[in-house]
Amino acid sequence: MATKSTTADRVSASAEPATLFLIALLSWLVPGAGHLWFGRREKGIVFLIALPLMFLTGIWLEGRVFPFDFSEPLVGLAAVANLGIGLTWFIARAMDIGHGLVTAATYEYGNTFMIVAGLLNFLVILDAYDIGMGRK
Amino acid sequence: MNSHFLLMAVFAIFVSLVFAVLLRDEPRQQLRLGGLMLGAFLALAFVVGWLMYPLPL
Repeated sequence: MATKSTTADRVSASAEPATLFLIALLSWLVPGAGHLWFGRREKGIVFLIALPLMFLTGIWLEGRVFPFDFSEPLVGLAAVANLGIGLTWFIARAMDIGHGLVTAATYEYGNTFMIVAGLLNFLVILDAYDIGMGRK
Repeated sequence: MNSHFLLMAVFAIFVSLVFAVLLRDEPRQQLRLGGLMLGAFLALAFVVGWLMYPLPL
């Protein structure tokens, strides 16, 4: 019987540690890249589109790209969560967008979209890692 | 876009989509889990919304 993922089968038991690290890094920078690497094309494409779109929706809703200010622990943690989205975070910083507008009615919604997008990408990275380890 | 319910619904769609695709492999199962999560998000929003209705702001 044919299987749906031939590349995933090639991974068999587990990939090399260096390869796994590279895949995790790639998966962090580009959401879904790890799944695409392992031939899980449908999943990879969904993550590739949905997660950056969710982050950008947050910016559009006047959310804030939080600074790494650990004197305020929640701000620092939000920054770590934001960074989880990878390349989109760097692009937002480079374009100097995502200052956040506290007076906007949608400010907290925007923050929630951006934080959750980053956190979901951490889960996606772990899933890609599990595939690489041969657990899935 | 200032409708709280609409924003919550958009958020719920994103989260349900990602979780469904992440946790299930078959499209049919993904659709089932995604629909279930989305329905739960929206239903709970209504319930919690009405529970908070009598609370003073």
